[in-house]
Amino acid sequence: MAKKKVIHSLNDRIFNTVNYAILTVILLIILFPLIYTLSASFSDPKMVTSGKLYFLPVGFNLNSYREVFKNRDILTGYRNTLFITAIGTLANMILTVCGAYPLSRKDFYGRKVLMMLFSFTMFFSGGIITTFLVVQSLGLMNSWAALILPGAVSTYNLIIMRTYFMNSVPYELQEAAYIDGYSNLGILVRVVLPLSGPILAVIALYYAVGYWNSYFSAMLYISDRSKYPLQLFLREVLIMNQAQNMLDASAEEMARQAMRAETIKYSVIVVSSVPMLILYPFVQKFFVKGVMIGALKG
Amino acid sequence: MPSGIVMPKSTKWPTTRKKKLMHFLRSRKIIRNLDLYLLILPVIIFYVVFHYGPMYGLQLAFKDYIAIDGILGSPWVGFEHFARFFGSPYFLRLIGNTLSISILQLLFGFPIPILLALMINEVSNNRMKKITQNITYIPYFLSTVVIVGMLKNFTHPDYGIINIMIEKSGGMKINFIQEASWFRTLYIASGIWQSMGWNSIIFIASLSGVDPQLHESAKIDGAGRMQRIWHINIPAILPTIIIVLILNVGSLMNIGFEKAFLMQNDLNLSTSDIIPTYSYRVGIQGAQYSYATAISFFNSIINFTLLVTINAVSRRVNSTSLW
Repeated sequence: MAKKKVIHSLNDRIFNTVNYAILTVILLIILFPLIYTLSASFSDPKMVTSGKLYFLPVGFNLNSYREVFKNRDILTGYRNTLFITAIGTLANMILTVCGAYPLSRKDFYGRKVLMMLFSFTMFFSGGIITTFLVVQSLGLMNSWAALILPGAVSTYNLIIMRTYFMNSVPYELQEAAYIDGYSNLGILVRVVLPLSGPILAVIALYYAVGYWNSYFSAMLYISDRSKYPLQLFLREVLIMNQAQNMLDASAEEMARQAMRAETIKYSVIVVSSVPMLILYPFVQKFFVKGVMIGALKG
Repeated sequence: MPSGIVMPKSTKWPTTRKKKLMHFLRSRKIIRNLDLYLLILPVIIFYVVFHYGPMYGLQLAFKDYIAIDGILGSPWVGFEHFARFFGSPYFLRLIGNTLSISILQLLFGFPIPILLALMINEVSNNRMKKITQNITYIPYFLSTVVIVGMLKNFTHPDYGIINIMIEKSGGMKINFIQEASWFRTLYIASGIWQSMGWNSIIFIASLSGVDPQLHESAKIDGAGRMQRIWHINIPAILPTIIIVLILNVGSLMNIGFEKAFLMQNDLNLSTSDIIPTYSYRVGIQGAQYSYATAISFFNSIINFTLLVTINAVSRRVNSTSLW
């Protein structure tokens, strides 16, 4: 018996060692590109492009950030994206609550039919071309409404929220509020929403991240550069290689410019990603809960 | 009484009919919940306009779109666009690319989050567990543009760290992003890097629901760690695995268009051109709306059929089903 126990704990130790080793490798793989990007953005372009940078910044300086913040496009994009994200997230939250609450009520006649109509869209869609034509026919081209309205409710989020309302806010409590003279709207605002903080936070984050990061609908619908969101300018800098345009052509010779363009790209990545990464720790503790609710079948 | 007002016709209804209607409205609480119907009305309008509207527009796939005549007025052409697509020299290449990317993605992208979740679940120190989880989620918050940008930076033929490393170790530099043979690897690897942590959440959540007593009694029976994972943890999360698998298979042909589009260039098109990017090119950029609609309709039909089929199979075999 004693012998068996010893073997057991030895096996346990081997298991733990292997497990931690693999997890450490995974974490390094995830972290390395992130840390490298951050370090490169603060480094001397010559060092980065010649491979002197491995982990920590070499030749620390803020020059590339200076170029980024001097750039008109990036600032315009930043302002536009902030605005679109704020308005869009607010609109989405209001609409999602409006849809999720009635569907969460057992006594809401017709909820099954509506649920079916809404869920069907998760599995079958008209596709980009016909959506584009709908947006066009509504006269939304080149307006921010085209970025917000076609995705104003995510069915997935709607179902998560509805399930949360159903499971976490007892129906009896709502009945009691009704007897106390609350209207349905009153119950929603005074009883249900105050009890649903975590799910509202998670879903607001989902929407906000979606708006902050999306480039595609803007590419489809926005033609006016002054209305471009940040991601479209990022695409020009990072994908279409226009980072060099951010530098004065006369000031330096081409090779040095190309090197500087590289570190500018890294800085642009940092500048554009920081807001979402700052938001993330505040809501992170609700994630598991949010996903778990979503996993329950509606 | 002002003369303009006409009393609603319903007042003239036979009283029994009116009573029946009132009874119906009352018994279903429709009157009491009238405000709920008002609340959900904008959402219904949203779905009708932005989801069912585009579905209604799918009839374009069988028509020749003429802008002034609108969707309804454009003339029918039957299956002409489909025939053109099936006969197109790109057809096989598109199907091949789309399928191979999605199958590879399923093969590698699907099991890794499950393994990660099982491994994280075995970490006994709670703080370590949290830290590990939170680090793995970070890449999920980066935008597609940033991910592809990082990919391009790291693989830059002259300045990218990967090529610098290759050169230092005596190898030949590779222009990964323009090399057609590297497209799939880059696409799938970056996808796994970005979303393995996020996709593991759902499995970690369902693992946290496993009854610790099961593990205790298995320990007493002499089961080791691997045995307990195999006989307790995996069966416990199997329903979740199946649901996620169904959803993955159901969207097999629905590859993330946005990343493929950003990674595409003239040189790697032979592997990077997939049905959605092609449909975008001919539809939006080439303004051949009907043809492009037919292509994406074809894609959606395959997807939907796959989803329904795999769901039916799973319902029969495991009695796990999406609906």
